[in-house]
Amino acid sequence: MFSRGIRNILLTPFLIWAGLFIFIPLIFIVWYGVTDYDGSFSLKHMGLIFEHGFWDAFELSISLAIISTLICLLMAYPLCLILTERQRDNTTIISLLFILPLWMNSLLSTMAWQTILEGNGIINQLMRLLGMPALQMINTPGAIVLGMVYNYLPYMVLPLYIALTKIDRRILEAARDLGANYWQTFTKIILPLSIPGAISGITMVFIPALTTFVISALLGGGKLLLIGNIIEQEFTFQYDWHVGCALSVILMIFIVLNMLLTTYFEKSHEEEDFK
Amino acid sequence: MKRELIHLENVAKSFGNLLVLDEIDLTIMESEFITLLGPSGCGKTTMLRIIGGFEMPDTGRVIFDGKDITNLPPNRRPVNTVFQKYSLFSHMNVKENISFGPKIAGKSSDYIRDKVKYALKLVNLEGYEKHDVTKLSGGQQQRIAIARAIVNEPKVLLLDEPLSALDLKLRRNMRRELVRINKETGITFIFVTHDQEEALSMSDRVVVMNQGYIQQVGTPENVYNEPENAFVADFIGDSNIIDGVMVRDKVVRIFGREYPCVDEGFPEECPVDVQIRPEDIKLAASREGAFNGVVTRVVFWGMSYDINVEADGFEWLIQSTTGRRVGEEVSLHVAPENIQIMSKPQSEDEEVAQDV
Repeated sequence: MFSRGIRNILLTPFLIWAGLFIFIPLIFIVWYGVTDYDGSFSLKHMGLIFEHGFWDAFELSISLAIISTLICLLMAYPLCLILTERQRDNTTIISLLFILPLWMNSLLSTMAWQTILEGNGIINQLMRLLGMPALQMINTPGAIVLGMVYNYLPYMVLPLYIALTKIDRRILEAARDLGANYWQTFTKIILPLSIPGAISGITMVFIPALTTFVISALLGGGKLLLIGNIIEQEFTFQYDWHVGCALSVILMIFIVLNMLLTTYFEKSHEEEDFK
Repeated sequence: MKRELIHLENVAKSFGNLLVLDEIDLTIMESEFITLLGPSGCGKTTMLRIIGGFEMPDTGRVIFDGKDITNLPPNRRPVNTVFQKYSLFSHMNVKENISFGPKIAGKSSDYIRDKVKYALKLVNLEGYEKHDVTKLSGGQQQRIAIARAIVNEPKVLLLDEPLSALDLKLRRNMRRELVRINKETGITFIFVTHDQEEALSMSDRVVVMNQGYIQQVGTPENVYNEPENAFVADFIGDSNIIDGVMVRDKVVRIFGREYPCVDEGFPEECPVDVQIRPEDIKLAASREGAFNGVVTRVVFWGMSYDINVEADGFEWLIQSTTGRRVGEEVSLHVAPENIQIMSKPQSEDEEVAQDV
């Protein structure tokens, strides 16, 4: 579309931006991660991940992120199917309802959940009114998962919705015509054709869920530490940049490996279809 | 006579305020090739979708082989569809596309393999099992779509303008192929098109539709030679349609002149539409024929000339293998058996139809 010269000129601001704010900080993080306090090369801070406390937080982070991602996926599919089914009706209102939380600061909405779930929160007051025993909801893994699902569901819904709208309705009619019922049409046509959307949704939910420290801090009450909280503490309380950076690098490597695996499986799945 | 297979009984359908089908009564015979022909928006596709189960009629019933299937969903009808844009499953190869139906029906893998082979042979694409459907040409994709439908051994194959996306040569080829497949398999073909040439060349019977109503049902020769109204006459082939008055049996008055024809049974002094095909008009030297006029336009089409002649204030269209010069004085002659008399439309709907 553009000539080479113009393209280079247009790219320059982005390259400067990426260099200054992405590439250079990344180098610093990696450098801090692989050096000791005296500046010599050392992987000992990286090795800390296997130590008790760090490893527990890492495991908890992964399991809660997986659970939240799965819940988002299970909630998003039916919703998106309904949205695409009724394309002509009032979907703008429904989809607005799902995008609306994105316009609100996620810190605020998570704090709102805090007041709903806490010991003297809205739910427990209601329970008491009804003469039922109070529930321990805040500071549980469940509360963190709830916060994650609430905050990240739109990131699952949007790519999935786009993938589903791209499926030609006549293809679904063709499947019905060839004898498939609704469920078979879903599993054999809609599901395989929407996998790319589901995968970008999974990535967009899994990564922030894995790295969050705000949601776990507010809804986990400082007792349930995720890897994000640990890293945050290293920077803000311990002032140990080397440990913080080392853990960050490990988290990054883990995420990149995950993404590589996902794309690998997606591709091999596609190739399987040709056999 | 063949057995009745499908009967549409007083079917009507509207979308919102728009009436797309009304008073549809149609019987479709076993193994016949029937075409629903009409301009876009005439309701032909909706009719097909009602037979396929994708739309429910507002009123009326769809009878299939003696059973009422009006409320049966598409997956439970013994009917398969070839869609306009093929609608192949892009995430599956040719074999997986074709075996989709039999797999759902729970057939054995041996049966499916043989059937896929047979279906591919039927559409002249043997050995294409492993091909990626998105990399096939339009004509090949269309054949796969046909194979995918036929492999289920449906009683009826519905074809929704399946040739409209193909180029002319391929389209001609596919026409012959479709007729061959229809004869070979004995499957009833219900074919939707807006192309009159397609309809005339392929069908056993043609259903001419306009504005949600069936205008005429008949063999291709029948609808071409004896159109029942001005719409059919105008839509199928070219026509000169002239206001006339039936003087008595076998005599019609056009442009103030009484002219012999072969039609009977109209009331005396009854206004009628008179249809004369352009190829039925013979040009003669000035003052030898019935109407005198002047050539206003000549277009050469290769096989023939389209010649416009103005006579009595009416612009006649004549097709002739010999050309004429613009400005030449000529006269027109029509054999009485080539004059087709049609009743004037009664409702306003039909009047509108005439303008299309």
